[in-house]
Amino acid sequence: MQTRERKKIQQNFVAKMDYDELMNCTRCGFCLPSCPTYKETNQDEKHSPRGRIAIMKGVVDGLIEPDDEVKRSIDLCLGCRACETACPSGVNFGQLLEQARHAIYEVNNQSATEKVARTQVLNRFFMDQKEMVSAVNLLGIYQRTGIGKFAHSFGLMSMLPDTMATMEKVLPKAPTKRQMQNRPRYYEPIGKKTKKVAFFGGCLMDTLFLKTNESTTKLLQYAGCEIVVPEGQGCCGALHGHSGEVDQSKVLAKRNIEAFEKAGVDYIITNAGGCGAFLVDYGHLLRDEPEWKARAEAFSAKIQDITSILVDLDFHKQKLSLPRQIVTYQDSCHLRNGQKVSEQPRQLLRAIEGVEFVEMVGADSCCGSAGIYNLVESDMSMQILDKKMTHVKATDAKTIVTTNPGCLLQMKLGIEREGLSDKMDGVHIVDLLVEAYERANR
Amino acid sequence: MISSKIRKQFVAIVGEENVLDSESSLLNYSYDATPGFQARPHCVLAPRNVFEVSEIVKICNANRIPIVPRGSGTNLSASTTPSKGGVVLLFKNMNEIIEIDEANLTMTVQPGVITQRIIEAAEAKGLFYPPDPGSVNISQIGGNISTNAGGLHGLKYGVTRDYVIGLQVVLPNGEIIETGGKLAKDVAGYDLTRLFVGAEGTLGVITGAVLKLIPKPEATKTMLVLFEDLETSAKAVSAIIENRIIPATLEFLDQATVRVVEDFAQIGLPTDAGAVLLIEQDGPKEIVDRDTERMAKICMETGAMDVQVAQTPEEAYELTSARRTALSALSRMKPTTILEDATVPRSKIAEMVGIINEIAKKYELTVCTFGHAGDGNLHPTCLTDARDTEEMERVDAAFKEIFEEAVRLGGTITGEHGVGEMKLPYLSLKAGEAGVEAMRNIKFALDPNAIMNPGKMFTAKQQR
Repeated sequence: MQTRERKKIQQNFVAKMDYDELMNCTRCGFCLPSCPTYKETNQDEKHSPRGRIAIMKGVVDGLIEPDDEVKRSIDLCLGCRACETACPSGVNFGQLLEQARHAIYEVNNQSATEKVARTQVLNRFFMDQKEMVSAVNLLGIYQRTGIGKFAHSFGLMSMLPDTMATMEKVLPKAPTKRQMQNRPRYYEPIGKKTKKVAFFGGCLMDTLFLKTNESTTKLLQYAGCEIVVPEGQGCCGALHGHSGEVDQSKVLAKRNIEAFEKAGVDYIITNAGGCGAFLVDYGHLLRDEPEWKARAEAFSAKIQDITSILVDLDFHKQKLSLPRQIVTYQDSCHLRNGQKVSEQPRQLLRAIEGVEFVEMVGADSCCGSAGIYNLVESDMSMQILDKKMTHVKATDAKTIVTTNPGCLLQMKLGIEREGLSDKMDGVHIVDLLVEAYERANR
Repeated sequence: MISSKIRKQFVAIVGEENVLDSESSLLNYSYDATPGFQARPHCVLAPRNVFEVSEIVKICNANRIPIVPRGSGTNLSASTTPSKGGVVLLFKNMNEIIEIDEANLTMTVQPGVITQRIIEAAEAKGLFYPPDPGSVNISQIGGNISTNAGGLHGLKYGVTRDYVIGLQVVLPNGEIIETGGKLAKDVAGYDLTRLFVGAEGTLGVITGAVLKLIPKPEATKTMLVLFEDLETSAKAVSAIIENRIIPATLEFLDQATVRVVEDFAQIGLPTDAGAVLLIEQDGPKEIVDRDTERMAKICMETGAMDVQVAQTPEEAYELTSARRTALSALSRMKPTTILEDATVPRSKIAEMVGIINEIAKKYELTVCTFGHAGDGNLHPTCLTDARDTEEMERVDAAFKEIFEEAVRLGGTITGEHGVGEMKLPYLSLKAGEAGVEAMRNIKFALDPNAIMNPGKMFTAKQQR
């Protein structure tokens, strides 16, 4: 890194880091055993939450320069926020991480892969839902026409990094353009009406994972909810925020706040742990914009994960059944550590007749997906995933359940890498619950 | 301090990947959990075995390079801040449980094993390793031994020292010695094992230990008792012990702590309670039941407001939540949390807490006290902000008085955290000038060049 760049980054740290929050770290070290990268790097302090905070503070205080190693420390963090759950002082590490990344990436020093991933993907598809529909549509054409097979047979995929190539295999079948464009905006409750809710469809979830979104609205209907899916909503901005692109995530946040204000509901339901955790932080994201702060906080207060509202509505007391099988659950870090929802998904799974729920060792530890981390930090991500899979295999589970699309793809990737795709499957919890409900109530 | 020639020697011993000396790494090993202390080492080394440790120590001794052995850096007395620079030694590559000997009830370990792993490995064999310092999930056994760590089980089961029966140590001249062994009895010469336990790395580098294990208690029962005031709770503690019951855990929270905990966790503690006791008994089921019943009766007779006995493990977990969340609740109040460990004979607890509250008032500070009522080990915890230098001066003055009062009551300046750099000015309060001199003579007999963790335990002046 150039001296000029380092100087700019250092100034950025001074301007952007929340120094009070840095001071809240008492360096007790209770976060260390919760940190996947600390463990995977054989206890390298600079890849631990305590070490990263010391580095951030060191840069702000001018004790060290923001050199390549500082950037490496900040880059290698998964952002899983397990340290927040372990922290006795309640340090908001996720926010500190975003500030540090913002400070570094604004000076625009990134690896080539990351640059492509960020400029192409984040700035284009994720900023505009129409672009997203077109992109997923192209993917669908590619999947349906067999160009995929063609590409495979000529080894074109092998030119991509390993992870990317395997990732391509585990992507869901993309819906057609018409299905995506004509997604319904209103659903009647089935049975006695319990609540009126709005559904946050998301960007990738409302295109590539449209089937999972349909399962979500179905479950809400079965639970007696009247549902609106407001127009004008789009990507939550989490991927931008986590990558330090704060300004873009603010644009997206405002768009979503406006879209949902018109709906006039008390609950906004999400089904992606990562998105939900970012949505509940809109108040913080827009804290410095007086005309938005209160509106953002009101929006955030309404966010509820699908598993949480289902338990509130006693959905786990309904008849649910599946063919006999062992099921295990991989926590979505941001659902668990960001939204503090961990018991509800387990409660729902245990309620299914025929399911033997087996908790895996370290279910609360990140699977290595972490947004686009598995693409930009592929080696560490796969190291974490391979360890995760040994714990998965020990449960003898047929089904690995997740509550976030990134985790879902990562678990499917893990199954593929282990060569277990004929006896194991990864599913989003809502898809499994719909199947269980419809099987028991048909 | 570390020339490129010496660096090359280090690389030849431990390999390039185990020599850390980048700016970030030096910053990352400049601190432990003690507020207000930070100093950068010149180099961080992670040896892979005792022979590598010995080679490193020889080089450092020849070149007068300070050595600071460091576990996970969770100590609260600045025992592992490299205040004179030099080499920080890490034990992440020496983290094996070598053996669990079920015939002799011992476990042989390397220093880098995490304490919780030791506890779990013992439990898997139906055995029990009782010391459980607050940082048990991340602390390394080497650090526990070097600071003679305590925990919740002190009253009935003792502390780390009571479970270390053998050590392997690299002396400051690089010699490797073994002390004690798998022996209940061993009077061959001075008890060097006990000397190295709690020496805070000032006498040598611990590279291995033989730990004593005991059979795992069959049953455990938990109760929570509320009192209107601290004096009544202290009477109850005395009455329990006078009735010849030694509970496994006997913890207390004072009113200030109760209020902070309730405010944070909302677990239904009455904030007008002057004190809360958390009591646990373990052992054969009949005895646990009998003791619990008797303790409940004693507490009620002494004047407790309320006694809750857990009937299930879930209820027990609920009851312990007040004690478990104490540190979190306190840490969230202010940016800086100074957790001290002044200790008095248990008969003096109420008096000491009263004195602490007076001192806090005098210096206009927020001090909440909780701790181990059974063994008199208090944790007066000051909630402050290290950036407020004027307040920090008052904090220092207040703690000096607290230590003086603790010693006056027959107590000590530190029950389980250690002296380190932080309490170095107060050691003579407890040990006396002659006592400190005796310690210093031992130190310099073993470490004439003062390479082992210099600047700790003794003041620079005393250190010649």
